Amino acid sequence: MSKRIEVKDLNVYYSDFLAVEGVSITIEPRTVTAFIGPSGCGKSTFLRTLNRMHEVIPGAHVKGEVIIDGNDLYAPGVDPVMVRRQVGMVFQRANPFPTMSIRDNVLAGLKLNNKRISKSEGDDMVEKGLRGANLWNEVKDRLNLPGGGLSGGQQQRLCIARAITVSPDVLLMDEPCSALDPISTLAIEDLIKELKEEYTIVIVTHNMQQASRVSDRTAFFNIAGTGKPGKLIEYDDTTTIFSNPTVKDTEDYVSGRFG
Amino acid sequence: MTALSPRTVEKGPVPNSLTTGQLPRFAELYIFGASAVVSGVLLMLIGFDVIGWLVLSAVVYLVLLGILSSLVENRRKAVDRLVRGLVTVAFLLAIIPLVSTLFTVVSKGIGALSFQFITQTGGSAFNPDTLEVTNTPGALQAIVGTLIITGIATLISVPIGLFTSIYLVEYGRPGQWLSRTVTFLVDVMTGIPSIVAGLFAFSLFTIILGPKAFSGFSASVALSVLMIPTVVRACEEMLRLVPHDLREASYALGVSKFATIVRIVLPTAIAGIVTGIMLAIARVIGETAPIFMAASFTDNFNSNPFEGPMQTLPVMAYTGFAFPGTDITASNNSAWGAALLLVILVVILNLIARVIAKVFAPKGSR
Repeated sequence: MSKRIEVKDLNVYYSDFLAVEGVSITIEPRTVTAFIGPSGCGKSTFLRTLNRMHEVIPGAHVKGEVIIDGNDLYAPGVDPVMVRRQVGMVFQRANPFPTMSIRDNVLAGLKLNNKRISKSEGDDMVEKGLRGANLWNEVKDRLNLPGGGLSGGQQQRLCIARAITVSPDVLLMDEPCSALDPISTLAIEDLIKELKEEYTIVIVTHNMQQASRVSDRTAFFNIAGTGKPGKLIEYDDTTTIFSNPTVKDTEDYVSGRFG
Repeated sequence: MTALSPRTVEKGPVPNSLTTGQLPRFAELYIFGASAVVSGVLLMLIGFDVIGWLVLSAVVYLVLLGILSSLVENRRKAVDRLVRGLVTVAFLLAIIPLVSTLFTVVSKGIGALSFQFITQTGGSAFNPDTLEVTNTPGALQAIVGTLIITGIATLISVPIGLFTSIYLVEYGRPGQWLSRTVTFLVDVMTGIPSIVAGLFAFSLFTIILGPKAFSGFSASVALSVLMIPTVVRACEEMLRLVPHDLREASYALGVSKFATIVRIVLPTAIAGIVTGIMLAIARVIGETAPIFMAASFTDNFNSNPFEGPMQTLPVMAYTGFAFPGTDITASNNSAWGAALLLVILVVILNLIARVIAKVFAPKGSR
């Protein structure tokens, strides 16, 4: 199910502006990798290149290679739609589809791709997805109500259920807990630890405690100044990054001396 | 210490020092009553008339309120009351023509309205034996014509308008020459006078079919020229309101752009789109000049939009006044009846639009 991601010398652009420069990183399967760094350093931008969501913004493009299990995502002729089916994504703001019920939201990825699913199959997948996202017990009696009526934390878990129901190999999370209260955050962090058994997970977070709690490896991004490109400064085991980083900037950042 | 709280030494029972220094609660009502009386008395001296009295009371009211408020209260409150008064006056001014029109149409048209008026074809018949002309009041031919012509116009404009707006929002990029050109042309089309649209359709069909090419379809083409820009604008606004988050969420699930637009963006915006389309229909259903040119007018029942002149409600109202039959009162009456029917039709359309918008609106979102 889960796959290794290798990024080789990736430059990310918005039109002519170089946003992230020269990132090379290898993300192992069945691990949680956290991206940390100050605002605007290109963590989210880089994360979005891993499933070609970056190019949704007009003028945005990349140079370099992103290889998932030997296949270059940016090779000519690669359909971004196929890439995104393998690499799922959860966004900062919960965004369930307002026109759909909770059940339809979970099945959205399949239904929108015109997969025929029988009622019982659908029921099973909804239950599996919602159980996977730790939401089943809270919503099992109101699966046909609109997803927009849930609380913020529940909506975010609904989005996770939606993302894992298409059974991707990799799950990208862009600050999934930044708009949530501590209890919902805890629920999602527990979930990340469970999902690790099956998926390769990459999470962007501003919360260093969160990074140290959930991740196996941590990548620290930084930016030299406004208008300069963001760079990958250090990438190592989470314990090393937080206890004994090799680069001074990393140490300053994780100890709260700047940023 | 004494200078610290001068407000607490007010005379009389002051339960809350925060509420001091204000005009009494219904001050605006009292002042309006007073100014109405004062201006009424003033006008009595030089000759009373209702409009002059209303205008004078409004002016006296605004001046009095401004002065009193700035004396008793502070400058901010005085300005607030003054502007609120001005806005209310402007609102009342805007309401007057609307209410007056509605009242006239209803009061004059209600007499013509009957079950027969709606269900039978009207017109005058000449009996060669008795040399008598009999008038039958009826608007069935006009109702059918209006519905057919607007219906076809809607069928033409909605796909074109909706697809154009989808192109502008989802595919065209802001700087691109094509989307800039389309936006510009839509803006230009919005300003086309309706008579020009009528001339366009009429001459187009004259070129194709030869002289006297009156038909309902030709009128539909004229109306769709007027309708397309409205539909494009309304749909564009609604599609832009759909949060970008939803599109990204859909893309991230590996859904294609086409499926995202059809299954996510359009359903989310459908309520607004339907409302916009209904308002566009209501806007063109009352057009007279283009239909008059392209479909002419007739007293015969014609439900074939591709052949011969067709009657419509606005044209019926116009011809009833401009070219009355032998019985002028009867013609005028049926004209008012047609006008009232048109108003009712528009109200019905608006109600339908509201119901549809309610039904389709995304539920439970906050």
